[in-house]
Amino acid sequence: MESILEFFYNNKEAIFIIVLTIFLGFEVISNVPSVLHTPLMSGANAISGVIIIGGIILVGHAETDTINLNLVLGIFAILFGTLNVTGGFVVTDRMLEMFRKKKN
Amino acid sequence: MNALIGDLGVTSGDVILELSYLLAAVFFVVGLKLLSHPDTARKGNLWAAGGMLLAIITTILFHKDSSGQGIKLVNILIILAVIAIGSVLGAVVARKVKMTAMPQLVSFLNATGGAASALVALIEFSNPANKSTLVTLLGLVIGSIAFSGSMIAYGKLDGKVGDIFAGFIKYLNLFMLLVVTVLVAYIIAGGAAFETQKILVYVLLAISLVYGVTFVMPIGGADMPVVISLLNSFTGIAAAMAGFIYRNQAMILGGIFVGSAGTILTLLMCRAMNRSLLNVIIGSFGGGGTAIDRKKGVIKEISASDAAVLLSYSQKVVIVPGYGLAVAQAQHVCNDLAKLLEEKGVEVKFAIHPVAGRMPGHMNVLLAEAEVPYEKLFEMDDINPEMPNTDVVVVIGANDVVNPAALDDPSSPIYGMPIIRAHEAKNVIVMKRGMGKGYAAIENYLFFADNTRMFFGSAKDSLQKLVAEIKSL
Repeated sequence: MESILEFFYNNKEAIFIIVLTIFLGFEVISNVPSVLHTPLMSGANAISGVIIIGGIILVGHAETDTINLNLVLGIFAILFGTLNVTGGFVVTDRMLEMFRKKKN
Repeated sequence: MNALIGDLGVTSGDVILELSYLLAAVFFVVGLKLLSHPDTARKGNLWAAGGMLLAIITTILFHKDSSGQGIKLVNILIILAVIAIGSVLGAVVARKVKMTAMPQLVSFLNATGGAASALVALIEFSNPANKSTLVTLLGLVIGSIAFSGSMIAYGKLDGKVGDIFAGFIKYLNLFMLLVVTVLVAYIIAGGAAFETQKILVYVLLAISLVYGVTFVMPIGGADMPVVISLLNSFTGIAAAMAGFIYRNQAMILGGIFVGSAGTILTLLMCRAMNRSLLNVIIGSFGGGGTAIDRKKGVIKEISASDAAVLLSYSQKVVIVPGYGLAVAQAQHVCNDLAKLLEEKGVEVKFAIHPVAGRMPGHMNVLLAEAEVPYEKLFEMDDINPEMPNTDVVVVIGANDVVNPAALDDPSSPIYGMPIIRAHEAKNVIVMKRGMGKGYAAIENYLFFADNTRMFFGSAKDSLQKLVAEIKSL
């Protein structure tokens, strides 16, 4: 029990952000027309590629003198993260572009 | 950028980094907000992408490890090289993919995000400076499940992986969840030496990967959109866990934001199908459902030439496209038909059910690609009141979304699902491959109704024949 309380206290800022962000996410999405569900899903998907920052931090501070496991795994993390981010945003744009063209 | 500011022990670079994360987080939120309105959606996507780019650049330039060491030039070059390769690959795949294969792509991209999270967590676990063991393990477990689950979803949508409905999988899944929980608790409690823990973490990784597979495996192909949306929120949460490790607010906010938005989107999709999330996951749907004994009418077929005449001399035609249209890639011919009829003075509208296609909103994307004007697409609730004064409804490759049993048969598994009321129109033409049942595996009484004519064949062939007949009138 004590360790849970301690965890909460030590991470109170992050926990605040998490709780408020959950509400924010619900609010932002709750009134979306179904037409936009697919682009929205893929746009949100691209944002979840923010893990790429973690990969950059890892590789950024990894030893580069020798090839080591951390470096290699970190490189793959960046590669996958980039695929997620670039692929996600590009494909979302492509879908939305078609909607817009038709409106004019 | 290395000058100290005041006596806080931080440099201006540190401040710029944190400010850029704040800005990136704002961009994500504004981006997703704009994305949820048709007029601003494209701009919203650019905002979110801009936030991501900003966070990436400032991290590379200003991030320092715990000893205050910035990122060395060699490392920067490696990072940039990998990002360049990833961006080219990602952009090419996203540009080349066919619009019908969109759900597969989204699923695949989600898998890559999950994999990245799992890798980061795996490395961070062996980092002695990392004290957040719980979130690291959660990131590992959730990221791995998102990865393997999304890959299976991808395989299913692509037709490479079939469904397995073995009942024991349910128990196997519960058992694996239990093992995962016990393992996580055991590692956190420090129940083993660090070296043993490192091995246990690999065991945890393996079980999570297997769980992702067995979690998605029994879920029917038509439910994949819901699953992908759910796994998408998993990926977000996994990224947020990694953000926790680095005390990185942009990652925490971005990840949790996607997590909660993805969850709400998942629930919206479930609601559109009138099913609970639990029902989708446990999969009590499909098969079995014996509907009330209703007098079946006789199936009446219609020839291409009769259909052509019927359509050409109508005043108002509503087209209801479904999954079968997408599978047959018939959206372009479908637009040809609509244009041809309009030239003859017929009013043509498209009625889109919220879950038509392989993903909610997917049908809109497919029709937009085929250059069907946006203003001709009508959502279910807007078109339903017009049904009684519609001369002909053309149902193409749709089944459950026009099944009247959803309205009046409480014993039907789809009872309560909102449908397009095609049966209220004066005439209905149903284009279908054969008399096979829809995903819900239940009889559709629309096909036997007095005002319904069946037009058998693949959607594309049938539409092509129809277009040719109308042209020759």
